[in-house]
Amino acid sequence: MFVWKRLLGTLPSLAGVIVVTFLLSHALPGDPAAYFAGPAANAASIAEVRNKLGLDQSLPVQFLHYLADLAHGNLGNSLTTGQPVLTDLIQRLPASLELTMFALIFAVTVAIPMGVWAATRPGSLIDHACRATVSAAAAFPTFFVGLLLVYVFYFLLGLAPEPVGRLNEVLYSAPPHITGAYTIDSLLAGDWQVFRASLAQLILPSISLGLFALAPIARITRAAMLQALGSDFTRTARASGLPARKVLVTYAFRNALLPLSSVLGMVFSFLLGANVLIEQVYGWQGVGSYAVSAVLASDYAAVQGFVLMMAVLYILLNLLVDLLGTLIDPRVRFEA
Amino acid sequence: MSATTLARNVGHAFGQNRLTLVAVAILLLLLLCAAFGQQIAPYDPLMTNGGAKLLAPDAAHLFGTDALGRDILSRVIVAARLDLGMAISAVVLSFLGGLALGAVAGYFGGWSDRIIGRGMDTIMAFPLFVLAMGIVAALGNSVLNIIIATMIINLPFYCRFARGEVNVRREMGYVEAARMGGNRSLPVLVHHIIPNILPPMMVQASLNMGWAILNAAGLSFIGLGVRPPTPEWGIMVSEGASFIISGEWWTFVFPGAALVLAVFCFNLLGDGMRDLLDPRQRI
Repeated sequence: MFVWKRLLGTLPSLAGVIVVTFLLSHALPGDPAAYFAGPAANAASIAEVRNKLGLDQSLPVQFLHYLADLAHGNLGNSLTTGQPVLTDLIQRLPASLELTMFALIFAVTVAIPMGVWAATRPGSLIDHACRATVSAAAAFPTFFVGLLLVYVFYFLLGLAPEPVGRLNEVLYSAPPHITGAYTIDSLLAGDWQVFRASLAQLILPSISLGLFALAPIARITRAAMLQALGSDFTRTARASGLPARKVLVTYAFRNALLPLSSVLGMVFSFLLGANVLIEQVYGWQGVGSYAVSAVLASDYAAVQGFVLMMAVLYILLNLLVDLLGTLIDPRVRFEA
Repeated sequence: MSATTLARNVGHAFGQNRLTLVAVAILLLLLLCAAFGQQIAPYDPLMTNGGAKLLAPDAAHLFGTDALGRDILSRVIVAARLDLGMAISAVVLSFLGGLALGAVAGYFGGWSDRIIGRGMDTIMAFPLFVLAMGIVAALGNSVLNIIIATMIINLPFYCRFARGEVNVRREMGYVEAARMGGNRSLPVLVHHIIPNILPPMMVQASLNMGWAILNAAGLSFIGLGVRPPTPEWGIMVSEGASFIISGEWWTFVFPGAALVLAVFCFNLLGDGMRDLLDPRQRI
């Protein structure tokens, strides 16, 4: 029941997103017809293109055409690659998702213990050190961190592989396409060398991407843990003589998870956006770098397709987090 | 708040947190660069010099030179005006826009609240940087459009905040009294409610500045808005990025450090202002 309600709840967001992407591509200054007709076009050929693209019709009619196209999975053709935008995006999406997931794993595995640790000793040196670290991480532009890490770990120390994207194609060949994520595909193919190589390529980009997400996760974990640790049920658990570990994990941490899942929405928003910057730094062949070249080449259809896909992905991720929230805390199911 | 308690609070905020003082010093430095950058800079930020390409930092060029022999220190100093200008204009615009929309939604409620709320939800349904890219792509690649995009993606934060603050004050005694005194809705809103929500809104704005700087610099890093040879921190980092592999670190480290300094400064100022205006939020 709750699941259905929550699913229905995403519909207004989806509708809003579709209207905005439509407006971005159809109702704004600049004449797409003149652009699609090319530099050598005259008034007559521009009019012809306008007619062909349906741009001479009223906005509501254009919107209906847009909806019909979306329903058929037609996002238009990319001017730069000549392929349907949807094909391009789907082909590159696994690379971006793989990077985002690794960044998220990094951020969560570092920030949550930091927040818990800081909350168990509020006001201590450790608490201040944690706060200083996350504040500093929040002030560094993602792309700058990416470049610094490349400089230190590739150029100076030689520990990291050359930042040439997902895999150094000179040395290794990509694993057979199953999921599209190189680390998973190489494992499925049992190719340890390629697995290690693609994992090595992933480390620096995912750390650079995840670093900025440390601050919100660590802060909310600390605050939620402090509240849970100071509450009556924790006191009762302690007074009943439960081991400290059980009090911390089962009683306090489980209750701190819910506020944590609410900040994940913001973290996803950031990760999906900053992906673009990190892909640019590391030559990552994902949807972000595709969108950047599309923006610079005024490839409208490709950019709008990218914006729409990211928004839909973001809505789905938020949905997933909410559904996970009901597993953590059954009360949520009844509140809705 | 009387003058003496204000002074005591300022003293407390600074005394409690020396970092706030540091942030004020950095802010003054940044504003100095933004106002008199051309006069302070030791060289012309646009002057190329074929004989002095990619020089490491030394006494003549404290931050070294870039691939065209331009003095990086001068470029970093002069860029302050554009970087801060973009971020401040975007923040001011979203502050005013968000305040107006949020005040209307919070005070009048009903349909206006629903429509404005739905609009803000729609903006928040996008990953914000991606939306900013889409807006710049649609409106055209210019500095003005970077400002507009940054303003739009920040709008919901101000709008929601203002809506909440107005909503709780709507039924308060002093507002009721102002209404009883014969004031119409708009004067009540403008003269009695909005002045009271300005201080917490200002805290939001200064906490938001760092994020606005990062956003604008990120857009110019991927090649939107600012065109070369204009000095701007984001584009300078991106120009310097190609020299990492050959080890010319100064080309990207100094403009990047300027960005970090600016963002750090505004984040600290925001924290300091929050401590000053709302001591209860100190944690």
